[in-house]
Amino acid sequence: MRYLTDRKRAAGLGSAKTGTEHFWHMQMSSVALLFLIPAFIFTFGRVLGRRYEQVLDYYAQPFPAIIAALTLIVGMVHFKNGAQVMIEDYAHGITRKALIISATCFSYGSIAIGLFALIKLAL
Amino acid sequence: MAEAKRVQRPLSPHLQIYRPQLTSFTSILTRITGNAMAVTVVLIVWWLLAAASGEHYFRTANGVLTSWFGDVVLTASVLGMWYHLLAGLRHLYFDSGRGLDIPTAEKLGIACIVGSVVLTVLTVIVL
Repeated sequence: MRYLTDRKRAAGLGSAKTGTEHFWHMQMSSVALLFLIPAFIFTFGRVLGRRYEQVLDYYAQPFPAIIAALTLIVGMVHFKNGAQVMIEDYAHGITRKALIISATCFSYGSIAIGLFALIKLAL
Repeated sequence: MAEAKRVQRPLSPHLQIYRPQLTSFTSILTRITGNAMAVTVVLIVWWLLAAASGEHYFRTANGVLTSWFGDVVLTASVLGMWYHLLAGLRHLYFDSGRGLDIPTAEKLGIACIVGSVVLTVLTVIVL
């Protein structure tokens, strides 16, 4: 015998238990990326193909370095969440879990390596 | 009570049953371009790491990214990125509950495809 009413038990517990957070985080990161991606394309694109010393000087400046760092962080978190949705659509069971873990490792790994490089370039 | 009984529900027909439509094509393309960015990220992060590691390593990574192969991949990435960005804008508009009727959705879909090509050409000209 349950003492909670059905209504009380169901409140906030759809079949997925949670769900709106993921959607909301995708929306938030996508709005941020609307600004970051063009900024990154035109800062990174400007320096790509230059000589080594010019690249070092360029990424020692705050603006391009911070744009690159933010784009990498927000972009890869957005990627992680987006890739997760794709995986959940096509893969099941243990494969699904393994793929989501791989995508998550890839995303945070890229962020970590990229930030390490940017910090080293900035110093 | 709320304990659902397992019933055999009819499944919706699978993708290849449908005639290709602009709306489904643009939706799938959004997913493909977004996930394909993984390749671009690997290249760019590698390039940054190489630049941080010294001139010798930088030459290798920079050589790959500025070769014809790098040019092809990065130009395709720019096209994919602009497409994904425009499609994302379209989705934010959809999410607000607007633009969901088929004529509007199709017009916005064409705008995404044409817009991404135009923006890519502009990007290549500027850079």
